[in-house]
Amino acid sequence: MVEKRGAALWLTHLGLIVGLFFIFFPIWLAFVASTISQPEIVRPPMPLLPGDRFLENYSKALVSGINAPVARMLFNSAVMALGIAFGKIAISLLSAFAIVYFRFPGRQLFFWLIFLTLMLPVEVRIVPTYEVAAQFGMLNSYSGLIFPLIASATATFLFRQFFLTVPDELAEAARVDGARPMRFFWDILLPMSRTNIAALFVILFIYGWNQYLWPLLITTDPSMNTIVMGIKQMFPSGDDTADWPVIMATSLLAMLPPILVVIGMQRLFIRGLVESEK
Amino acid sequence: MEKRVRFKGYLLPICLVMPQIVITAVFFFYPAGQAIWQSLFIPDPFGFSAQFVGLGNFEFLLSDPFYRASFITTAIFSILVTAVSMGVALFLAVLADRLIKGSGTYRTLLIWPYAVAPAVAGVLWLFMFNTRVGVVTWYLGVLGYDWNHVLNPGEAMGLVVLASSWGRISYNFLFFLAGLQAIPRSVIEAAAIDGAHFWTRFRTIVFPLLSPTTFFLLVVNVVYAFFETFGVVHTITAGGPQQATTILVYKVYSDGFVGQDLGSSAAQSVILLIIVSVLTVIQFRYIERRVHY
Repeated sequence: MVEKRGAALWLTHLGLIVGLFFIFFPIWLAFVASTISQPEIVRPPMPLLPGDRFLENYSKALVSGINAPVARMLFNSAVMALGIAFGKIAISLLSAFAIVYFRFPGRQLFFWLIFLTLMLPVEVRIVPTYEVAAQFGMLNSYSGLIFPLIASATATFLFRQFFLTVPDELAEAARVDGARPMRFFWDILLPMSRTNIAALFVILFIYGWNQYLWPLLITTDPSMNTIVMGIKQMFPSGDDTADWPVIMATSLLAMLPPILVVIGMQRLFIRGLVESEK
Repeated sequence: MEKRVRFKGYLLPICLVMPQIVITAVFFFYPAGQAIWQSLFIPDPFGFSAQFVGLGNFEFLLSDPFYRASFITTAIFSILVTAVSMGVALFLAVLADRLIKGSGTYRTLLIWPYAVAPAVAGVLWLFMFNTRVGVVTWYLGVLGYDWNHVLNPGEAMGLVVLASSWGRISYNFLFFLAGLQAIPRSVIEAAAIDGAHFWTRFRTIVFPLLSPTTFFLLVVNVVYAFFETFGVVHTITAGGPQQATTILVYKVYSDGFVGQDLGSSAAQSVILLIIVSVLTVIQFRYIERRVHY
């Protein structure tokens, strides 16, 4: 009875549509700019409907780009995002398994060491972390993009919480049947964690893809730039006019993969978001 | 909570935690320790030696008007980002919650800006408000308003706040909508039968029942505004004009990498470390409570 009908219902829809308009507008404008020519943009106001240069601008961006081909930057981003997502999941699964299913010296200490990393986002410790990466010769390399961002307390906690809800009888049965710990891990625990792993993967993929500061420091060679940080590098220094159609095409290419992941895996995404914040 | 059933062995579990411990030690604890250590020294200009200054870097920082200004800038910035993104999200969530049909569709349409990186959001908003080619700038000009965030500190702050809030609305909307849908319908209907109008119901029933979600989002959004908006600031204003948008995280970067002032940058890192720790503790204490209830 508190739901609205008639005029009030339409007002509700109207409010939401106005909200949607404001959220969509920047992306629509970027899309339009990526389909028209530079002269149309530098003589404002630019048109608000798409032009006919879609293929031309996107192929120019992908093949030649400005400092490096955008196709190359997309590849770098994919390696980084997948590396971070799989790496975090792998090391977190193993450490959560050890912490939950074993009692060993130093267990509490390790648990707290991992817990403390929650408090150390990379933005806070950039200079010394950069120095470490440089000492290891990790500048301009995929391992430099991936490893420093791979340790994650959040993922370890998520798996720990989940393992604690797995009935003890399963481990008991496995032990009685003579299964070794790793056998139990592979054949029982891992298949049971499938949904959690997938949900976390969605969140971590977006996290990795959208990194900005770290790739900015670690990759000085344009061919190692990730797409998200590479966009800014496409702006000319000084007073020259930026090549807006190509930059906007690159921006759209940069946001497409994570958006597809969110929309395609919406249920898992929401689950992952809620779980990883708990 | 502990497991009753455990596997035996010491070596295996230690091998299992090692990958994470090693990475954590090398890329988290060692650099954090370095930051604390370096914050106590002033390196000479050639990097050959360093002079121990105790808390001198901190004293200098806290008396430095630029650093204090950066603190205030960060406070204003994070309050505005939190208020704008949560306000808009709550408004949209309340509207979507009123619908019997279709709230799922709106949710799908609203969640995906979450996936847009802050740095990309910065480029999109920079394009709209660009002083030479920006569409919004041009229409504002037609209305007689001369927009120039390159020169005007207030406008620069406004633009950075808008771009930072924009992508964040999705996230807040998702949590607000879930919170609203968890409120029992019967409570709201009882109030409606007693003659409470929409606004009264919202003020006296819905909003108080929503407060755990609101508080959680407050903390999370402040953390976001502090630490994850570097990309927005770097793409749109690079901290300017006259440091008007130099938030703390940006200052660590510009002093450490651009200015090469390592002692000061390390001391700033340590101060940020303390801020994150406090925020994390607040978040955890609160979440502990939420789990137990």
